[in-house]
Amino acid sequence: MTKVRIFVTYKQSVFDPQGETITEAVHSLGHNEVKEIKVGKFFDVTIDSREKEVGESVKEISEQLLVNFNLETYRYEIMEED
Amino acid sequence: MNKELTPEQIKEQKVYLEWGLTQKEYEYICDKLLGRLPNYTETGLFSVMWSEHCSYKKSKPVLKLFPNKNERVLQGPGEGAGIVDIGDNQAVVFKAESHNHPSVVEPYEGAATGVGGILRDIFSMGARPIASLDSLHFGEIDNARTKYLINEVVAGIGGYGNCMGIPTVAGEITFDDCYAGNPLVNAMSVGILDQSHIQKGQAKGIGNAVMYVGAKTGRDGIHGATFASADFADDKETQRSAVQVGDPFMEKLLMEACIELTNNHQDWLVGIQDMGAAGIVSSSCEMSSKANSGMELNLDMVPQREEGMSAYEIMLSESQERMLLCVKKGHENDVKKLFEDYNLEAVVIGRVTEGHDYILHHKGEVVTNIPVSTLTDDVLEEPSEERVPQRILDNKNKDTWVPQLSSAKETLEALLQQPTIASKKMFTETYDSQVRTSTVVGPGSDAGVIRIRGTKKALAMTTDGNGRFIYLNPEVGGKIAVLEAATNIISSGALPLAITDCLNYGDPNDPEIYWELHQSINGMAEACRTLDTPVISGNVSLYNENNGEAIYPTAMIGMVGLIKDVYRTVPSFVQNTGDKLYLVGKTGNDFNGSELQKLLNNKISGDLNDFDLEKVNSYLKNLLVTMEQGLVSSSHDLSEGGLGVSLAEMVFGTDKGIKVSLDMKKELLFSETPGRLVVSVSKDNVAAFEEIMGEDITEIGEVQVDHQLDITLTDDNFVAEVSELEKLWEEAIPCLMKSKD
Amino acid sequence: MKIAVIVFPGSNCDIDLYEALHTVCDADVEYVSYKQDNLDGFDAVMLPGGFSYGDYLRCGAIARFSPIMPAVIEFAKNGKPVFGTCNGFQILTEVGLLPGALKRNNSLKFVCKTVELTVENTNTPFTSLYKKGEKINLPIAHADGSYYADEELLAELEENGQVVFRYSKENPNGSLNDIAGITNKQGNVLGMMPHPERAVEMLLGNEDGLRVFKSLLEEGKVKG
Repeated sequence: MTKVRIFVTYKQSVFDPQGETITEAVHSLGHNEVKEIKVGKFFDVTIDSREKEVGESVKEISEQLLVNFNLETYRYEIMEED
Repeated sequence: MNKELTPEQIKEQKVYLEWGLTQKEYEYICDKLLGRLPNYTETGLFSVMWSEHCSYKKSKPVLKLFPNKNERVLQGPGEGAGIVDIGDNQAVVFKAESHNHPSVVEPYEGAATGVGGILRDIFSMGARPIASLDSLHFGEIDNARTKYLINEVVAGIGGYGNCMGIPTVAGEITFDDCYAGNPLVNAMSVGILDQSHIQKGQAKGIGNAVMYVGAKTGRDGIHGATFASADFADDKETQRSAVQVGDPFMEKLLMEACIELTNNHQDWLVGIQDMGAAGIVSSSCEMSSKANSGMELNLDMVPQREEGMSAYEIMLSESQERMLLCVKKGHENDVKKLFEDYNLEAVVIGRVTEGHDYILHHKGEVVTNIPVSTLTDDVLEEPSEERVPQRILDNKNKDTWVPQLSSAKETLEALLQQPTIASKKMFTETYDSQVRTSTVVGPGSDAGVIRIRGTKKALAMTTDGNGRFIYLNPEVGGKIAVLEAATNIISSGALPLAITDCLNYGDPNDPEIYWELHQSINGMAEACRTLDTPVISGNVSLYNENNGEAIYPTAMIGMVGLIKDVYRTVPSFVQNTGDKLYLVGKTGNDFNGSELQKLLNNKISGDLNDFDLEKVNSYLKNLLVTMEQGLVSSSHDLSEGGLGVSLAEMVFGTDKGIKVSLDMKKELLFSETPGRLVVSVSKDNVAAFEEIMGEDITEIGEVQVDHQLDITLTDDNFVAEVSELEKLWEEAIPCLMKSKD
Repeated sequence: MKIAVIVFPGSNCDIDLYEALHTVCDADVEYVSYKQDNLDGFDAVMLPGGFSYGDYLRCGAIARFSPIMPAVIEFAKNGKPVFGTCNGFQILTEVGLLPGALKRNNSLKFVCKTVELTVENTNTPFTSLYKKGEKINLPIAHADGSYYADEELLAELEENGQVVFRYSKENPNGSLNDIAGITNKQGNVLGMMPHPERAVEMLLGNEDGLRVFKSLLEEGKVKG
């Protein structure tokens, strides 16, 4: 089994109101060193690599379901392999 | 795993005390009810079933004082929700419930699951929910914690209700310091059904199946006291969440499936009940108790979300979105198939048995074997002590407080910005108030109004809870609470039918608090009898305290009324220029507990004046006659802030104004004498209206073209621009919510 | 003309569309389950508002894989009228029948209120009875209604006249170019965040949405 974490975030140009609100809140706590916060989400996926190559599987589920390419983009990390 | 204490260890270590049973109760169970020591699981079942929440052991003696029958009531307290006949073989089903304590721990999920629970109560009766209401009480909006609570509770109510597709059409939000550490979150739901579809929560007929449907069971919301006991906790338990998390999508599917079952397949079904507080144990033994049957359950069959759950945990879990059914033998697969169509699981977990015993199997062992009645009927009722609080005694001797005002206009402007009075639009706009396209009147009026499709009828509904009045004089305050709800219902042109209540009080073991509970119920019961609005459902939430200081005793009244002709629904905003304005009811020096008193003195004090409810009831009935004849153009009840605030509210959102001349001194403009309304009547209808209302009305002025509030008093007069007043009223709460403190 | 209202798990404005068509317009309308896989015999398809699949992942993202959707795509490709309001609009963008995407409102909150719109395009099967430039009021009720398209796409939409409704007084959600509703290039698929089906009776205070349905029924008469 391979554990993969897929990160989905807004594309650079897309306005992220949650990120802005959180940035403001962080500033109000005095953290003026923080310049920008962007919000995204991640999916922890367990894949049986014997059935399909991990990269291929991730690409397919991301493109078919997890990501809306009008707004979003993704990357992934392999967390655990055995 | 499986480090359960033996019955002897339970006795020795007295762990039942931590679970909420008293020494006396435990001994009574051992000696009189079982004749042996209860085991671990059984002790757990007793502790939760004998809690106030499930047994009403403290409040039962006083709840009995409420009237709960009249010729329209089809189902009173004791089932998921009460039912009232509305003619044409239809009925309205409604209930309110508090979710105060869960909302302190996790405000979003606490409020959301409060809405989910009350909706299940409605559809467990065979009804389709048509509207939700709420009654929320928070501390003053002057600190980050309160703002967080408000935002999260409001988001939770909207998050659940919007997703379910049930419009949130009315409610109230008030603010007072006493609620700062213990906010009140009360939710109410209203449904309709054909009388032939009425269901009961019962499990009868030997051999019939007990079926579990809906979400899987996890360790959610298991009685907090158990976590406190280190003796019972292995390391994993520290990871357990006491918070129930709602899944409105699951509930939507569950609702549609249950409605299909109750409406189309009654021949399969014997009974149905929501798994609410105390989960499987409370729903299953209540269903047995009502049918006087026995029940045997195999807990290994219960769908479980987590591994290694004990019998105790399975039985007490408060996982959401679950229902328990009693299904006729032979129809188990039909029910399974029906739920599968909605992608839901339905599993047989046991059978109705001969005799009266409640038997639970888990992993090959009998973990419980006790008579059903010991859990549901044999609870020790203990007489509670009562004592009149000193503040009440002190109040009796005080002179009536009459405020000194310098300017009526400035006072009105200040009152319109008091959070309890100011516009709640920034919250109510986050609720879907229109879904199901039947909302004739939505948030921001005296009552929400929902039409009943296929008929000319409509239902008016409101929630009202004023803790301040009950705090100052529980009996008179209780009367006012019910009357306030009735006045809202009548103001929309509806006949009050019945009420549900949430009684939010402090610790009942405090004799002064029990006295408040008792006295206020006396007042409410009297009002219910006079107004012919029986109490058909409700709940009690005790132990609402903050650092040992109780909240104001807050009785929330949820009332539903019937409008015969939906086209005669009376709006709360003025309609036509030139319409005459009347004040219905007389105004007295009723300033104690008022918004004005709070504004000027920063606290409330003094006694309340009693009033003649029979007389108020008789003119309210006459007013309803004039409304049903179509004589009244608009009507608005007088509550917080009195006549002055109501006159302003009647022109907000319109392009018109009001010009009145009042035979009263300026402070009376803000008196809160109960049972009053302002109505507008078109010139053509004035004669007929006056004829019916007689001495109980005072003509005060008319609706004018100029968008101004023009008020003449005996000792003051002013003209205010409506747009300026409206701006103050609308911006007060957004401004407080945004400010940084 | 026979109209299908598709019911997804979690749809909750299906009844509102049905009643607007059936009770108010006396039209021939039927609910069609998401489990069906064909739309034979229907002349128009409507996707209702609500919370299909609880709005989990992204609004409309899971509903697009329902068995009925290939039939809806086929129906649209054949030039027949397809309409989606609110969650229906979100599903139409997720499935690619309409360009762009709908994201969380700028306020981050669900908002239910009546807003003013300008009718920008009356050359669709759903807007022929409105006047171009007409101001109408319709309710909105959504948390994810902020229309997004990249600059190129926006320019294309404007140039083709694909913007059908635009917020005119205030923009309630942060939609780019104040877009409230758009069509596809062919003009037979319309998606909009406002709810015309909630504004079809004066009893409920507003009938500005009625002509969306009347337009479609007129179109049916002409063609039928």
